[in-house]
Amino acid sequence: MKPGILACVLLVASFAVPAAHADDAMVVMKNFDFSPMDITVAPGSTVTWKNLDGEPHTVASRDGLFRSPALDQNDTYQFKFDKPGVYKYICSIHPKMMATVTVKQSK
Amino acid sequence: MTDATNRRDALKCLGVGAGTLFTLQGGVFSAFDLAEAQADMGTPLFLQISDTHIGFNKDANPDVAGTLNRTIDLVNAMPKQPALVLHTGDVSHLSRASEFDTANQLLSRLKVSELHVVPGEHDVTDGPGAEFFARFGKPSNNRGYYSFDSQGVHFVALVNVMNFKANGLGGLGDDQMAWLKDDLAGRSASQPIVVFAHMPLWTIYEPWGWGTGEGDEIADLLRRFGSVTVLNGHIHQIVQKVEGNILFHTARSTAYPQPQAGSGPGPGPLLVPADQLPGMLGITTAMARKKKLSLTDATLA
Repeated sequence: MKPGILACVLLVASFAVPAAHADDAMVVMKNFDFSPMDITVAPGSTVTWKNLDGEPHTVASRDGLFRSPALDQNDTYQFKFDKPGVYKYICSIHPKMMATVTVKQSK
Repeated sequence: MTDATNRRDALKCLGVGAGTLFTLQGGVFSAFDLAEAQADMGTPLFLQISDTHIGFNKDANPDVAGTLNRTIDLVNAMPKQPALVLHTGDVSHLSRASEFDTANQLLSRLKVSELHVVPGEHDVTDGPGAEFFARFGKPSNNRGYYSFDSQGVHFVALVNVMNFKANGLGGLGDDQMAWLKDDLAGRSASQPIVVFAHMPLWTIYEPWGWGTGEGDEIADLLRRFGSVTVLNGHIHQIVQKVEGNILFHTARSTAYPQPQAGSGPGPGPLLVPADQLPGMLGITTAMARKKKLSLTDATLA
């Protein structure tokens, strides 16, 4: 029986791996910072931002590729990154809040 | 006979009402002299309202419409109404159409009909500021920055929330700076100047972005004038600085206070006991005095 259980566990694990490999990521806005400030994801990944502050924030890329509306407390915003690159963004309400999404193929 | 009496008599002769524009070049009275005479009789040159943040509903002030209404009551109860009101931005909290509509509806109760508005960063969170400019873009042809003369004073409205600097300070951008240079060039140094924008035009606290990247350049352009008043909101508290003939002044909000520079994690709403809130909200009044402007801050308390 033992080898069978192990096989089951491995099977579950092998299904779980592709899901984790999708590289979707979460960034929160808290105390006037993006956290984590710099993330790296694979092409095709979706990043979700959530504002935990009582003050609204936005997610606005410097090159204009993506821009959220003003997010009130607990509001979220998502963007899917298809192309490799380094995407710098700020909160347009508090431009001192700066962060980066790096999109590249994982090896 | 005092100066004031002279001016009062002059006014009687001329039959001047508030808001009438006079420029008697080389004559006895300048328009600003008349504004001073109006001030002697209690009429402000203008009022400043700022940071109404309609749409905000958190603990720091669950009723920002209510406090704006009280502000308007305060203004309307003044015995003498000024010719105009300046709103230095953050009309709305989240740039939503419904917030602007509510703000407009409330502000329309002001007895003073001439209202000049510059955008705050909360008003243009969509980028181009579509909702803001749909309502307030007309005087500037949708650029946001423009100038006009009233009561002998040259007023300059600037936008420093749509071209942020990499370090987080506000910015005007090259086009607006070129326009400003042109607007001030050749203007008489004796004409009082009022510049108003949302974010501070001098650096109050760089880590929180409380300043404007071109601040020094702007001050250089203004230095030659005999009387300059630079007004802003944004930081929801009064901070003032005098540099030569330039008076820098930030107004209170009508919605909620913010912490002092560097106190706490960031410039968010400051929660204070409910009975203290009215004392931290208010407006600024400008009077024409001795060729300059004198500012007074009043609270809702």
